[in-house]
Amino acid sequence: MSSDVFQPGVMPGRLPAAAYEAQFSDLHPALDGHEALVAADRCYFCHDAPCITACPTDIDIPLFIRQIATGTPDAAAKTILTQNIMGGMCARVCPTETLCEEACVREAAEGKPVLIGQLQRYATDHLQAQGIHPFSRGATTGKRIAVVGAGPAGLACAHRLAMLGHDVVVHDARPKPGGLNEYGIAAYKTPDGFAQAEVDWLLKIGGIEIKHGLALGDGVKLDGLRAVYDAVFLGIGLAGVNALGAEGEDKDGVSDAVDFIAELRQASDVAQVPIGRDVVVIGGGMTAVDAAVQAKLLGALNVTLVYRRGRDRMNASVFEQDLAASKGVRIVTHAVPVAVHGNGAVREIEFEYVDDAMQGTGQTLKLAADQVFKAIGQTLEGEGLPVLDGRKIKVDANGRTSVDDVWAGGDCASGGDDLTVTAVAEGRDAAEDMHRVLMGDDG
Amino acid sequence: MADLTTDFLGIKSPNPFWLASAPPTDKEYNVRRAFDAGWGGVVWKTLGSEGPPVVNVNGPRYGAIYGADRRLLGLNNIELITDRDLYTNLEEIKRVKADYPDRAMIVSIMVPCEEAAWKAILPLVEDTGADGIELNFGCPHGMSERGMGAAVGQVPEYIEMVTRWCKQYYSKPVIVKLTPNITDITKPAAAARAGGADAVSLINTINSITSVNLDTMSPEPSIDGKGSHGGYCGPAVKPIAMSMVSEIARGEHTRGMEISGIGGITTWRDAAEFITLGCGNVQVCTAAMTYGFKVVQEMISGLSEWMDEKGHTSIADFKGAAVPNVTDWQYLNLNYVAKAVINQDLCISCGRCFAACEDTSHQAIAMSEDRTFTVIDEECVACNLCVNVCPVEDCITMEAMTPGAVDPRTGKVVQPEYANWTTHPNNPAAKAAE
Repeated sequence: MSSDVFQPGVMPGRLPAAAYEAQFSDLHPALDGHEALVAADRCYFCHDAPCITACPTDIDIPLFIRQIATGTPDAAAKTILTQNIMGGMCARVCPTETLCEEACVREAAEGKPVLIGQLQRYATDHLQAQGIHPFSRGATTGKRIAVVGAGPAGLACAHRLAMLGHDVVVHDARPKPGGLNEYGIAAYKTPDGFAQAEVDWLLKIGGIEIKHGLALGDGVKLDGLRAVYDAVFLGIGLAGVNALGAEGEDKDGVSDAVDFIAELRQASDVAQVPIGRDVVVIGGGMTAVDAAVQAKLLGALNVTLVYRRGRDRMNASVFEQDLAASKGVRIVTHAVPVAVHGNGAVREIEFEYVDDAMQGTGQTLKLAADQVFKAIGQTLEGEGLPVLDGRKIKVDANGRTSVDDVWAGGDCASGGDDLTVTAVAEGRDAAEDMHRVLMGDDG
Repeated sequence: MADLTTDFLGIKSPNPFWLASAPPTDKEYNVRRAFDAGWGGVVWKTLGSEGPPVVNVNGPRYGAIYGADRRLLGLNNIELITDRDLYTNLEEIKRVKADYPDRAMIVSIMVPCEEAAWKAILPLVEDTGADGIELNFGCPHGMSERGMGAAVGQVPEYIEMVTRWCKQYYSKPVIVKLTPNITDITKPAAAARAGGADAVSLINTINSITSVNLDTMSPEPSIDGKGSHGGYCGPAVKPIAMSMVSEIARGEHTRGMEISGIGGITTWRDAAEFITLGCGNVQVCTAAMTYGFKVVQEMISGLSEWMDEKGHTSIADFKGAAVPNVTDWQYLNLNYVAKAVINQDLCISCGRCFAACEDTSHQAIAMSEDRTFTVIDEECVACNLCVNVCPVEDCITMEAMTPGAVDPRTGKVVQPEYANWTTHPNNPAAKAAE
């Protein structure tokens, strides 16, 4: 163990230089051909399979697994990608343990589901590694559509629109496309530049132009887009991070977990990303776990994830919780931050334990902290948006907003569950609905 | 531990597991390893006439059919009889038998259908001290094109003739190995009996092409772009072998013959099944070629444990026990009515039973919104397909209806009496066409 791990404060290079590559390698190494055949053979090819029902994009899972089992992984990939154009990323980041694999009858039978996620990755990687894009554009419709946000919802929408023959211009605030796939997901879930490779592959359909550095309300306005384009799809992210509501939270060293994750993902050398000796992450979702685990992987000596409710209420799946625990992250539950202490920079953070009704117990906990990452949810920001439902854009089942020619999907739209796969489904379905409306087939 | 010693034609062996005549028994080195591993006997790989030995192909000799995880389910081979010198084999047989006097040593022979050829080789084999001979009338490839192997086994008159020569020129037991590549297995078996054979062994391998290479359009195994049919063996052939064994065990002209069972025997259970169908012992090849000689340890322990559990003290205790229950279709009880029953506690809701029944059978399984699958007794003919496709053992069972109850499918009362095709009032062709 490098002595640097014991140094207090926030500093880069806590680990020996050679250690980082292994630390941030693939969480689930790819199945090789034989492993894929063995895993595929476990599928029972269920009738009206529960895994399909559990998949937000309705991928025909038994069919694609049978296609793998019979030696046609590219046909399997096409089955997947027809339903979910980001099937490669979803294979890596989907919480399969609460979706398809939870529904797998072999999970019920023996507690060991078919490795659906890894098989999906096997098939999509097999196709994409050859640079094959199996879809082509339909006859040109002459319609031009603006998509705002180059994340999973926006790109899925753009791809489906391009397939249907429309011309699409995607506007995104960031310098790279991909949205949270590029900026918001733990590095070990999508190593080797997969997010960009997938976008490059997706764009091979043609008919999609991406304009960067254009955030909604800052560079582009919804009214302006409506005036120029035949329709608009809003697939924007949640830019605002909720505040802790704790005294002293403006001290140095207190930051947003999403920014930490983005910094890590964009770093050319992760060893140069500074990390504290004592790190506290506040929150109970995937972002909290991604931040906590990666803090540990960067060499933080003590990482504590603090959640205000019990583990059963955490949005992070049991698999994610166990992953965090296995990396040495301590999980503290039933505690809310009340004060951040320190002279300029955080030195310590104080929590109060709460009961299941979120009532304070008077009992407190103090944790040493060089860094505090907030992962307690993000909010939609922006002006001139369609009517909201709560804090998100109100949409119907087809993604239609209160504005006639504007659709929305993904994290910014109401009703979703903040999953990549759901965003893809919403973008895809909105595209189909836009097509129906624009082509006058809207019954 | 149950007594596994076997007396087959007076040949004693410590257990009923013999290695069949095949590559595993081609050399002294292999056979010593087999005996050291615990095999009760071997049938030495087939010897040919004196003179230059046959030449095998120099490319692949085997093709395979795989199940999950590349589990070998079926193997096919195009290897010929031994390609080693006759005298080398004879010397080795003599040495090994002398060193393992308690093990059965049978020598497989295949020479041309001429009396002189048999008359020449039999004394040489007798001199080795081996316990008996097995006549290879079964190999379906290669040698059969030269009038030997299956070419003989397919002509009952030749079987009888050659068997008679062997009984004339050889003093110890003669086993005739039968080819399954024939319509009625009892014909060659009866011919062997007529020729004086002490036993038959079956089955030899089945004519087969395991696969076609879709790039080269050559059957596999491919020799320079061409393939020839081979002999199929392994777990896949066991049902065919057991049916043929049972035909001989209960055949009018063959019942009572000693049988050495061969065909896909992979576990102790397979062996036990062959023995209940009338076999005095079994011969194994593919299982050994797949897993090595150590598999015999599981066969020995498994058979012994099962015999203890059932109270069998010797192989003879259950030999042929299932033969009386093998019958013709026409004698099956048509008054026996069963219905499928799905155990909801075991059901994992995969719906395979539903797909099979709804798409391909009798629409006798209902599926609810919450994926509960139930049998519709009014439609169920008890075909068993749901049981066969269900991935959970014992989840679906066939339950016999009690006589006196009404079968909801037919509306008829289930009768207690036995009634078969020949007596059922509604069945046409109650009497077979002559």
